[in-house]
Amino acid sequence: MKHAEFDAVVIGGGASGLSAAAEMSRRGASVAVVEREESLGGILNQCIHNGFGLHQYNEELTGPEYAERCVTALDKLSVTVFTGMTVTQMEQEEGTHLLYGFSRESGMLRFRCRAIVLAMGCRERNRGNIGTPGTRPSGIFTAGLAQRLVNIDGMVPGRECVIVGSGDIGLIMARRMTWIGARVLGVIEIQPYPAGITRNIVQCLRDFDIPLYLSHSVTRIYGKNRISGVDVAPVGKAGGEASGAFHIPCDTLLLSVGLVPENEISRKAGVRLHPETGGPVVDARYMTSVPGIFACGNVLHVHDLVDYASEEARRCGESVLDFLSGVSIGEQIRVRTGRNVKYVVPGRLSVTGKNRFYLRSMVTGTGALLSVRLGGSEVLSRKLPYVQPSEMISFDLAAEEAISSRLASGEEETDLEVSLEIPKKEGT
Amino acid sequence: MSMMKNYDVVVIGAGVSGAAVARRLSAYRLSIALLEKEIDVSFGVSKANSGVIHGGFHHSPDLLKSRLEIQGNLMYDKLQRELHFPFRRCGILVAAFSTEEMRIVQELYNRGLANGAIGIELCNGDRMHMLEPKLNSDVMGGLFAPGGGIVEPYRLVFSLVESAVLNGVDLHTNFNVTRVDKSGKSGSGDREYVLHSSDGQSIRGRWVINAAGLFADRISGLFGAEEFRIHPRKGEEFLLDREASAHTSRVIFPVPNPVSKGMLVIPTVEGTTMIGPTALETDDKEDLATSSENFEKVFYSARRLIPAVSERDIITSFAGLRPSLEDGDFYIARSEMAVRFIQVAGIQSPGLTAAPAIAEYVKDLMKQGGLSLTEDPDYQGEIPAVPRFRSMSLHEQDAAVETDPAYGNILCRCENVSEAEVVAAIRRGHTSLDGIKFYTRAGMGRCQGGFCSYKILQILRRETGLPWEKITKRGGNSWIVRERISPAKTS
Repeated sequence: MKHAEFDAVVIGGGASGLSAAAEMSRRGASVAVVEREESLGGILNQCIHNGFGLHQYNEELTGPEYAERCVTALDKLSVTVFTGMTVTQMEQEEGTHLLYGFSRESGMLRFRCRAIVLAMGCRERNRGNIGTPGTRPSGIFTAGLAQRLVNIDGMVPGRECVIVGSGDIGLIMARRMTWIGARVLGVIEIQPYPAGITRNIVQCLRDFDIPLYLSHSVTRIYGKNRISGVDVAPVGKAGGEASGAFHIPCDTLLLSVGLVPENEISRKAGVRLHPETGGPVVDARYMTSVPGIFACGNVLHVHDLVDYASEEARRCGESVLDFLSGVSIGEQIRVRTGRNVKYVVPGRLSVTGKNRFYLRSMVTGTGALLSVRLGGSEVLSRKLPYVQPSEMISFDLAAEEAISSRLASGEEETDLEVSLEIPKKEGT
Repeated sequence: MSMMKNYDVVVIGAGVSGAAVARRLSAYRLSIALLEKEIDVSFGVSKANSGVIHGGFHHSPDLLKSRLEIQGNLMYDKLQRELHFPFRRCGILVAAFSTEEMRIVQELYNRGLANGAIGIELCNGDRMHMLEPKLNSDVMGGLFAPGGGIVEPYRLVFSLVESAVLNGVDLHTNFNVTRVDKSGKSGSGDREYVLHSSDGQSIRGRWVINAAGLFADRISGLFGAEEFRIHPRKGEEFLLDREASAHTSRVIFPVPNPVSKGMLVIPTVEGTTMIGPTALETDDKEDLATSSENFEKVFYSARRLIPAVSERDIITSFAGLRPSLEDGDFYIARSEMAVRFIQVAGIQSPGLTAAPAIAEYVKDLMKQGGLSLTEDPDYQGEIPAVPRFRSMSLHEQDAAVETDPAYGNILCRCENVSEAEVVAAIRRGHTSLDGIKFYTRAGMGRCQGGFCSYKILQILRRETGLPWEKITKRGGNSWIVRERISPAKTS
C-alpha cells in the first residue's frame, strides 16, 4: 500500500471536480484529483454536441472542448491527478480524513487529507426505477450509455429506436441516432410538458420530424432475446386501442428518465443526504454533515448546465480554503422551502458572506414571483417569466441585506423561507 | 459420424439438477457430457428463483421431495466448503397473524418434526420479534427453522459445472436436443442413443439423464419415454437496493396457502433484498414477462410481513418459471419405456435445496440399473476460489492488487467488481453479458449496468476476440450493438 498526503482530495475529475481543484490550488492548497475513468473530463467527453460554456466562456463549445478548458486550467497549477482510480472508502481519524483508492497502475493508495470534495456527479435512472413491465431483452439502454457507445466507441446500438423520456440527453440522442442512420420512431414523455429545454425540442425533434408523445408512457416491453417492440398508452388510461394505446415495433429503446446524484461512498462515510435532491445536505460553505467533507456539482444536486456546476464548484473550492485556513464561517441561518419549491441548495445562509442559492420549482407556470422572506419580512422579490421543474432558478443574497432586514424584524430565531407564487398555475 | 464423441452418460440440461448430477457422476470413471441449449449454464429455471434453502417443514413426509429436501439441506455446508458459492444458513421464519394461522403453523411444525427437520421451534410473538426485529408488530407467533438459508442459485450452478468440468465432464452449451436416434441392434444391450442438436451437432451416449427443466416433457417424448406435461408456473420477484431498510436477517415466510408457500421477504447473501414470488399458471414456457398488476400484490404482501419494505428501493424486477407436474412432487425415476434413461422432472421448489440429494439419488438409480461405478482416484471435490474484491478487507484488497493489478481496476462501481473477477468469469466460459453479470454481479447493482456495460464489452472483446456485434446479452439474437457506424451515415 502506498501513502499520499494532501490538503484536499477531490473525488471526481469532471467539470465540477476540476473547477474546485483549480480554485483550491490557485489559492495555495496542495490538491489531488481522483478520477475513475482513464481520462479527465467526466461525462462531457461523450457530449460531442455544442451548447456548453455560454455562461462561463461566452462561447458555444462542445462537451470535449469544455472539458479541455477545465483540464488546461490545471496546467499552470500543481494539482496531482490520479486517473483510472476508484475511491472505495472514506474514514475519519483524529481530525483528518483517510481515503482509499484503487487503480491498475498505483495499486492501493491511502490518502490522508484535511478536506475532501465530493464531485462524483450523477447517474441515470433506469428501467428498474420506472418499473416498466414486460420481458427483459437486450437493446434497452440508458440514453447516456447509448451516447457513449455511439460517440466514443463508434457503434450503432440499433436501427429502429424509441426513446422514453424527453430529458435533454434523450433529445440529443434522438438527433444523434438519426444522424447515424437509425429511425427514431417517437419520444414518449409521461408529463404533459417536455422535460428538456425548448431549444432541444426544436433542434433535435422538430427538425427531424420525430413525434413527441406528451402524457404517454411505455406500458410494456416485448421481445425474447432482442427487444421487438413497446406498447405506448396515454397516461391514466388502461390498455386497448380504444383508449388511444398503440404498439411501436422497434429494436432499440433508450431511457432518458432522470438523473440521480451518486452518493454511495458519501453515505458510507456518514454524510447526511437530502431527501429531495438525493445529494448531501450542505451548509452555506458547501460543507456536508461530516466536518471537512464538501460537495459540489451534480453529486450535490443535478444541474441543467455545466456552467452552473463549474461556478458552484469554484465557490465550493473557495470555502474549502477558508476552512483549511481556519476562517470561521460565522453565523448561519437555516433555509426553508416555502410554497411550490422542491428544494433550495445550500440549506444555510451565511450572515457574513455572499450567498448564491439554487432552487427548483415543483410546478409550471407563467408570471411567477420568487419571494424570499426572513422573519416575516421580504428580503428579495423577483418576477420570473416562466418556471418549470426542469429549469433551475438561482438568486444571490448579500449578507448585509439579510442582516439588516433581520434586525428590522427584531426577531432572533428565524429561518429564511424561499417560495414561488404562481398566479396562473398550469399544472403540478 | 465416426468423429462423433461417445459418452457413457449424457446429461440434458445444465440447471441445478443436471449440474449436480454431472458433478456427482464425475467422481467415477465415466465419460460424461452435459448439454445446455442456452449460451450459458443456469440460464433456465435455475437463474430466476428465490434462492431459498428450505427448512424441511413445508411438505408432507410421504412425498419424495420432502425426503430429498431434508437430505439436500444437510449437504450444503460441505458443498459450500468445496465450491465457494454464496450461501448462508440464516434461518427461516414463518409469521402468523391470527390463531387460525397459528393452527397451520402448528401443522407445519408437526410436519417438520415428522420430516426430521433439525432445530425447528414454535415461537410466540416475543420470540419472533427477537429473532427478527423488523417484523410487523401484529405478528403473534410463528415457526423458526434455523437450518433454512439462502444461496445465490446461479453461482451454485456455475460452481457445480466448474467442478464437473474440472473432473472431466464435457460441457456443450448452445446444444438444443431436437432429434434422437438409436444405434446398434435393437434388443441388444449395446444400443446407444445419438442426440442431434438443432444446429446439426451430434453426440452419442449410453445413459441419458433428462434434467431439461421446463422442457423435460419434450425430451422424454424424443426418447420414446413416458408421457407427461410440465406446467410452467410463473413467479415474479422484485429486487431492492442493498441500502434498503427492509433488509432482514432471516428469510420471512407468510403462512402458506394450499397452492403456494406465499410471497416472501428474502435477504440475499449478497446484501440486497428480494420480495416475491407470485405464482401464476401460464401456457408459454418462454413467458418471462413481468406485469404491472402483480406489483401491488407483492408489495402489499411483503409490507404486511416487514413494514419497512418500500417501492422506492426497487432496483429491478424479473420473472422465473417453475417446471411443475400435476401431482406436485418430483418425478425422478428410471424410465420404464426407454432403456438407461433417467427422468429428473418436475423439479420445482424445493429443487434447489434438494439438488445435491437429487444427484445422489440419480447416481443410485443408475447403479441399480446396472451402471458400474468405479471411483476416480483423481477426483477433486474442490474448485479454486475466485476472491471477490467487495468481500475483502482493506488488507486483503491491498494484497490482491499486489498479486494481480487487475484487482485495482474497479469496473462496476455499484457492486465493486474488479477487472480480475470479470476476466475470471470469461476464462470460465461466461462470455455473454448476463453470464458475466451472474458470475461477478457487475451490472446487478443500482445502476443496472449503465456505467459498467461498455467496460465489460471492452474486456470481453479483448479476452475472446469477438467483434462488437457478436457479443450478446444472453446468446441467440440478443445482440448489443448492430454494427459499426458507417462513415457515409455520419455526415
